[in-house]
Amino acid sequence: MKKTPLNQVHRELGARMVDFGGWDMPVQYSGVIDEHQAVREAAGLFDVSHMGEIEVSGSNALAFIQHLTINDASTLIDGQVQYSAMCYPTGGVVDDVTLYRFNASRYLFCVNASNTDKDFAWMEQLLADSAMTDVVLTNRSDEFAQMALQGPKAETILSALTDVALADLVYYHFCEGEVAGVKMIISRTGYTGEDGFELYLPASAAVEIWQQLMTSGAPHGLLPIGLGARDTLRLEKGYALYGHELSQEISPLEAGLAWITKLDKDDFVGKAALVALKAVGVPRRRVGLVMQERGIPREGYPLFVGDREVGVVTSGTMSPTLKIGVALALVEPDVAKAETELEVAVRNRRMVAKVARPPFVK
Amino acid sequence: MEFPEELKYTEEHEWVMVEEELAVIGISDFAQDALGDVVFVELPEVGTVLEAGKAFGVVESVKAVSDIYAPISGTVEEINEDLIEAPEIINTSPYEDGWMIKIRMDDASEADKLMDAEAYQALIAEES
Repeated sequence: MKKTPLNQVHRELGARMVDFGGWDMPVQYSGVIDEHQAVREAAGLFDVSHMGEIEVSGSNALAFIQHLTINDASTLIDGQVQYSAMCYPTGGVVDDVTLYRFNASRYLFCVNASNTDKDFAWMEQLLADSAMTDVVLTNRSDEFAQMALQGPKAETILSALTDVALADLVYYHFCEGEVAGVKMIISRTGYTGEDGFELYLPASAAVEIWQQLMTSGAPHGLLPIGLGARDTLRLEKGYALYGHELSQEISPLEAGLAWITKLDKDDFVGKAALVALKAVGVPRRRVGLVMQERGIPREGYPLFVGDREVGVVTSGTMSPTLKIGVALALVEPDVAKAETELEVAVRNRRMVAKVARPPFVK
Repeated sequence: MEFPEELKYTEEHEWVMVEEELAVIGISDFAQDALGDVVFVELPEVGTVLEAGKAFGVVESVKAVSDIYAPISGTVEEINEDLIEAPEIINTSPYEDGWMIKIRMDDASEADKLMDAEAYQALIAEES
C-alpha cells in the first residue's frame, strides 16, 4: 500500500487506518462526529498528500488545457484556481480537478488520488494525439505533500506561522510563500465548505509543518481530521466525489456540474457528446435528499415513487450537524424538483425522503 | 477496553447476560469501538421470534451498516427504546445503558456454548 509522508504521524496519533484506493490513510482519530464538529466550529488539519499533482507547462499550455478540460481556463489570472473536469469523448468524466495558474505557461492540476495515474496517461495520450508542440506534462505527485487546514479558525492558526497577508488571499486564489520557513503553495480552497487553506509543500517538510500547525492550532481547538469526517463535511455541502456522483458513466451535466461545463467554449474533448446530450435532455439529474424519517440513506439504495424505481443514492450519511440522514442521488428528471417526496429502500423498508437543493448545511 | 466477567460473548461481538430464562443482549466494547460513532439502531418488535445465529437488528455508524446476530434463540420480551432517540449510548455504555434487547430463551443451555470473557479477549487479540 502507498503511504504519505505523514503515515507514522497518524499511527502515533492513534488513528484508525484504512486502505483508501491503494493508500494507507487515516479514517478517524478521535471520532468522526467530534472531528466534523471541530472543522465546523474551530479548525481541522487533513493529510491529503495522496492527491495527485500534474504540472502543465510550455507556451501552448493554455491551448492544451482548453482542449483537455470542460471549464474555460482562459478566464484564469495568475494566482487563481478553477474547479474543472476532464471528459471522455462520450461525455463521461475522467476526473474532476482543481487547476492552478502560475503564469501563462505554467499550470498545476490537483487530481483525485486514485485517478492520478489514469489522468496522467490520459493527458499524455491526448497530447500525443493533438500534435501540439511546446507542452510539457510532469507528474509531480511524489514531490508534494498536501495538507488542508479548514475551519473558521484556519486563518488565525496559519497566520501565526507566516508573513503572507492571508486576509488578502481570497477564495479560489493562491500564492507562494513561506510557512514556518518552508516555501509552499498556499491556496484558499477546500472540500469542507468552511474557510480554509490547502497547502502544497515538499514531501520532506511534511512532518515538521504538520507538527508546527498542530502546535499553533491547539489553543484554537485544531484537531487532526480523517477521511470519515472529510466525507461527511463534503456531503453536508453537496460536493461531488469521483466514483460516486461522477464517473466514466456519469456526465457533468447529469452530475450537477453544468456550471463548469462551458459548451460555448471552442472545441474540447467531450463537447460534441455533451452538446447532443443537452439538446435531447439529460436522462437523470443529481439531487440532494433529506430523510423525513429516522434512517440513513447509503450508496446504492434504490429510490422509488410508488412502484416505479426512479433513481439511486450515490452517497449518503447521517449529517452530524443536522442529525438526520442526507444523500446525493441520481434520479429521473421528472422527480428532481425540490420538495418532491421519494421513498428510499432502506434494507426491507421504504423511508420517505424529500428532494432538496444542497448545501444541506448553509 | 472492558469485558465484564459475568457476561458471555459471541464471535460476532455480541454480549449476553443471563437472568434465569431471560437473556439481555448488546454489543461489546470492542464492537462499539470498531464501529465508531453509532448514529442509528434498528431493533425488532416485542414478540419477534429470534433464531440463534440469525440477524435480528442493525447498528449503523456514520460510515458503516452492521447486522446484529441473535446469540441464542428466543422471543423478544423488551427492547431498549432509549437507543432509538440516542443510539450513541451504545458507545458510552455498551454493557449497561446500551443494552439492546431482552429475550425469553427457548433453551437456557444454549448460553453455555458461548464464550466467557477470557476466551472472547483471546479471540479479539487474534483479530486486532
